[in-house]
Amino acid sequence: MIQQSNKPVIRIKNLTRTYKIGTESVHALRGVDLEVCQNEYVAVMGHSGSGKSTLMNLLGCLDMANAGEYELNGIMTTRMSAASLAHVRNQQIGFVFQSFELLPRMTAQKNVELPLIYSEMPFWKRRKLAKQALERVGLGARIDHKPNQLSGGEKQRVAVARALVSSPSILLADEPTGNLDSKTSASIMQLFEQLYAEGQTIIMVTHESDIAAHARRVVRMRDGQIVSDLPIEQDPVNTHNQGPEEAPQ
Amino acid sequence: MKKLLLIPILLLRLITQSALLALNQIWVNKTRSILTTLGIIIGVSSVSAVIAAMSGMNNKIMENFETFGTKKIFLWPQRPDSGSKKNLDWWQIRFKEEEFEDMLEYCPSVEFRSFVSDGRNLPARADDTTVEAVRLNGVETHWFDIENREIMMGRPFSHLDETQGRKVCIISKQLRDKLKMDRECLGQTITFGHHMFLVVGLLEEKPGMMFDEGNRDNLEAYIPFKTMRKINNNRWFSVIASCKSTDVAEEAKAEIQFFLRRTRKIRPGEPDTFRVMVMENEIKQVMKVFGMISMVAFGIVSISLLVGGVGIMNIMLVSVSERTREIGLRKAVGARPSAILTQFLVEAVVLCLIGGCIGLFLGHGLAVTISKVVPMMESTRIPLWAVLLSFGFSALVGIVFGMFPAIKAARLNPIDALRHE
Repeated sequence: MIQQSNKPVIRIKNLTRTYKIGTESVHALRGVDLEVCQNEYVAVMGHSGSGKSTLMNLLGCLDMANAGEYELNGIMTTRMSAASLAHVRNQQIGFVFQSFELLPRMTAQKNVELPLIYSEMPFWKRRKLAKQALERVGLGARIDHKPNQLSGGEKQRVAVARALVSSPSILLADEPTGNLDSKTSASIMQLFEQLYAEGQTIIMVTHESDIAAHARRVVRMRDGQIVSDLPIEQDPVNTHNQGPEEAPQ
Repeated sequence: MKKLLLIPILLLRLITQSALLALNQIWVNKTRSILTTLGIIIGVSSVSAVIAAMSGMNNKIMENFETFGTKKIFLWPQRPDSGSKKNLDWWQIRFKEEEFEDMLEYCPSVEFRSFVSDGRNLPARADDTTVEAVRLNGVETHWFDIENREIMMGRPFSHLDETQGRKVCIISKQLRDKLKMDRECLGQTITFGHHMFLVVGLLEEKPGMMFDEGNRDNLEAYIPFKTMRKINNNRWFSVIASCKSTDVAEEAKAEIQFFLRRTRKIRPGEPDTFRVMVMENEIKQVMKVFGMISMVAFGIVSISLLVGGVGIMNIMLVSVSERTREIGLRKAVGARPSAILTQFLVEAVVLCLIGGCIGLFLGHGLAVTISKVVPMMESTRIPLWAVLLSFGFSALVGIVFGMFPAIKAARLNPIDALRHE
């Protein structure tokens, strides 16, 4: 466990998630313990089926665990109602998805404002914050463009701005560069680097080693369990000593 | 306390936001939205047109009753269905004049009373012009008050005319023209059958009634009741009266019944040997039937609104499933289930209200067309309450039929929704 001087933002104890598919139970997570502190930059790696997506969904309060505890920024989220979880997502979590998930008919500005709409913020405040967030990701000049007028990298920047606009305690990125070419990926990673430097806590799921190499800490998962949790300097990603599990799928 | 005050404001904001979103969504899918609301449009337009037609008809009927007189009371002898008097012949149950002598004193709710003899068709001749059949009626002077027939020229029957049975008559304008008399016909004479009458008054034309266009040229002349008794040996007559106001119509009826039972010496328990018909009651009866017809018509056209509602539900379900990813994203960034529910519900309601608006315009057009085409219903208009009702009903349809898709959307699991293809 990496000891950080900051207090933990995420504290997970024995988190278990089992899906029922027909009569069969799929154990997606088998008792995971994890602690992430403020201003950490964590990459979660693993094969498909390793449970990293399940962990991501649980961290993002999109899903509920069958057992175990999840404390986010001092809030015990286990066994919360759907409405309270929505509130937690709104206030504490910023999502960046692989396929951007921008609403196609809304301008970049409106897309970024979306989380603020649900936090019942007056429109003038929303506008200001959305503009600031877009400027922060370097899209200050494109606030009135619709997603189909933006390039892939720009779309993902809008998505990042949307994730940041409500000043969440964690930024969750699920394969943020999965749909981007390597050049754009690099620029997004640079953006993440900048955000990290500004103090943002980032958790990123990826199966690409060169993307994971940007993080400061790498959590590797297999079969619903964490198999390694090391600072980047000690992780095989950095030593170019890739085991079979890091191979891109 | 401050928090409590904030709730309606927040709710209002949520609804306006959802309404704006819904309008945007509807604008994007213009064609689809219009086609979807077609059911509502047709429903609302037919409902409002039916209401307009019904209320137009209602007004017309009321107007007719108004000109016909709502305060009228008709009295005529009638054999009872049971009791010892059920086999009496008409001679024995007929009214006798003396039975009505003090009627106005004993019936405080009754304003006027007039005997009306059976009409008789007689040929009429003035100078050289002859008219085959003119209906000659024997009435008392109050008949003109009760029937609301204005004497535009000349005078009503005088006391002397009535008590002495003078041969004077009051004729209608139509008869005057038919007999080719001078415009100033007063003082001239007309021969009805073998009797010569002096014209003392000219009646205003009878205001047109519904369904009696054919009776327009009904030629009528009125002579004093007593005179009629003299020249005609028909002893049968009926009585027409009026109550002081429509509010006391019931009382007037009861008073007359009580009075007549006494003067006609009907023992308690025996049935009446006469009928009292109060116009007000008849109007109420007609209005009741009419109201029922309206309700049935309204109910039938409401079914089209229901069908429209099913269309709305269908399109909302389509909307929910094609926007599943959007719902997933909205949930991921913090939309509560209630916010999603409101969004889709408001969208359905807005869709219905737009349909209702267009439907009202069409309904108005229909109503105007009806009023132009059908002469009897020239006052066909959509009343304000029907406008409000249409909007209320549209909103209700939106809520009822939008509820299921909205609940479906609100219940979506955010992960599944985000993964939806």
